[in-house]
Amino acid sequence: MSLPTTATEVPAVPGDSSGPPAKPAGSRAGRREARAAWILAVPFCVLFLTFTAWPVVQSLFMSFTDTKARDLRNPFNVNIIGLDNFTKALGDPVFRKAALNTAYFVVIGMPLTLALALAAAVALDKGITRFRSVFRLGFYIPVITSIVAVAVVWRFLLQDPGGLINTALGWVGISGPNWLGDPSSSMPALIMMASWRNFGTGMIIFLAGLQGVPQSLHEAAAIDGAGVWQRFRHVTLPLLRPTLLFVSVTTAIGYLQFFEEPFVMTQGGPLNSTVSVSMYTYNQFGFGNYGLASAMSYLIFFVIAIVTAIQFRLLRERT
Amino acid sequence: MSVDTRRPPSSAKAPDPIKTSESGMVGSSRNGHWWLYVILALALVVVIAPFVWMVLGSFKGEGELRQIPPTWWPEKASLDNYTQLFSRLSFGTYFLNSTIVAVVVTAGNLLFCSMLGYALAMLEFRGKKVIFAAVMTTLMIPGVVTFVPLFVLVANVGLVDSLPGLFLPFLVAPFGVFLMRQFILGLPKDLLDAGRVDGAGELRIFRQIILPLCGPALATLGILTFLGSWNNFLWPLVVAQSETHYTLPVALALYSTGQNSTNYGLLLAGATVVIIPILVVFLVFQRRFIEGIATTGIK
Repeated sequence: MSLPTTATEVPAVPGDSSGPPAKPAGSRAGRREARAAWILAVPFCVLFLTFTAWPVVQSLFMSFTDTKARDLRNPFNVNIIGLDNFTKALGDPVFRKAALNTAYFVVIGMPLTLALALAAAVALDKGITRFRSVFRLGFYIPVITSIVAVAVVWRFLLQDPGGLINTALGWVGISGPNWLGDPSSSMPALIMMASWRNFGTGMIIFLAGLQGVPQSLHEAAAIDGAGVWQRFRHVTLPLLRPTLLFVSVTTAIGYLQFFEEPFVMTQGGPLNSTVSVSMYTYNQFGFGNYGLASAMSYLIFFVIAIVTAIQFRLLRERT
Repeated sequence: MSVDTRRPPSSAKAPDPIKTSESGMVGSSRNGHWWLYVILALALVVVIAPFVWMVLGSFKGEGELRQIPPTWWPEKASLDNYTQLFSRLSFGTYFLNSTIVAVVVTAGNLLFCSMLGYALAMLEFRGKKVIFAAVMTTLMIPGVVTFVPLFVLVANVGLVDSLPGLFLPFLVAPFGVFLMRQFILGLPKDLLDAGRVDGAGELRIFRQIILPLCGPALATLGILTFLGSWNNFLWPLVVAQSETHYTLPVALALYSTGQNSTNYGLLLAGATVVIIPILVVFLVFQRRFIEGIATTGIK
């Protein structure tokens, strides 16, 4: 477990320094405190070790073996093959294509989602005073709509010809592409859909963060002649940085595991243009190549850990 | 780093009159910029269009749903899909299963995650750093990787095709611990000392002082956990093998995409019904929900 532990030291940082001063370890009060802490921790730890940590350890072990579906009944057939699964995954052209697709999705989709979320939150917080809860609920509706229904509706929206999007584009004289049928427009279609589906979550969290921005700072800046954009840039954004960090970290973790949209919309097609790493991994599990699929999952984890660490570094609060 | 951002409700409301007078100063109407309402309303239409289409579609017949281009208003609205949903499928069973699983999972997370969150935030004990590091690590590991080992485990203890098999693995989640720890870190330490001076034990301090202050955080965690469990699809699809243990998403997917072709009407009616409990939960908790995230000490 040494690899995952060191890789995640970074997110463990916030708040750690503010723990209570250490009590003398041997004192009676200290021992009583430790005992109470363990009583509180035990139920979680038992469930966590059984249903989370143990499967994680097994899957990590599995990634170094040639485990296949049929080996589950006969565990002694499994051979340890070192890093073979990892080299095999990295050498697989479809896996590389999936990695590129996922990068494309994250690089375009994440800023788009964050921008939509932030714009909606700022508009609801500072721009308007009425119907706030209507807009709040409305913008959150895609988040809570079941993916099954979302897929059906979006397939109709993206249809060519006759889909709602291309019909609307036709009104302004643009002939829209065959969204899901053309390899060059399939990923943009899924990015659109994912941003639509996910910006509500970010908006809710940004709205919460914005309540922490004191109005007096805005007034002071306005009196100094700062415009709306300048106030946003120099007053709101810096104070919002911790929230921004939280939203971008959780969005990145989610988007790097981008799975549901291609799974329900395209099955990775056309021509592998929307296959994502998570989806390819899922397929490998489906084919019973458990060792290989586990190795792929840990490659994703590795990238997530790096991206998370970078975000913590870039958006760290200056103390 | 965990700045305490909680404020009493009264001071949270205080800036409002100032804000309106300020926006009046820069020349917009008293209720905000009218053009912003126009943009937001247009955005709202775009955002909820699929949802509206889903609800309207649930009243259409199968033929109309397959029509190209699709229609908005039902040409011949009927409740057929709903009567079929409630009569042909044992909808009550699925609804009950989904509810039991979601409620148990939510209760488990609220209780166990807040307990550990309190210990991690306020108490000193050996192993604290290790536990937190393990929690954060598993937060970042793709869920799909533990799917097979978890299924093997659940199969070995004979819980496949049972309700406990559906909820036991999700009774605790790293996300909940992270959230509760961050929130409790923001609570003043004096509370703890006051309780200790009064001679209260750590567990009593947790139950009688800390928990009552965690309302917003618990509401946030409750909604997110309920939503996640309610919409969970892959795990119940694999674990619930007999019809009596199906949850709503599983039953809807299996029936509407049946042997021959997808029954869209049934699917849309089901999806519309499925969303109602979540809407209710969101509406009930949304005020606290927003407070909750604002006060998680994420800052």
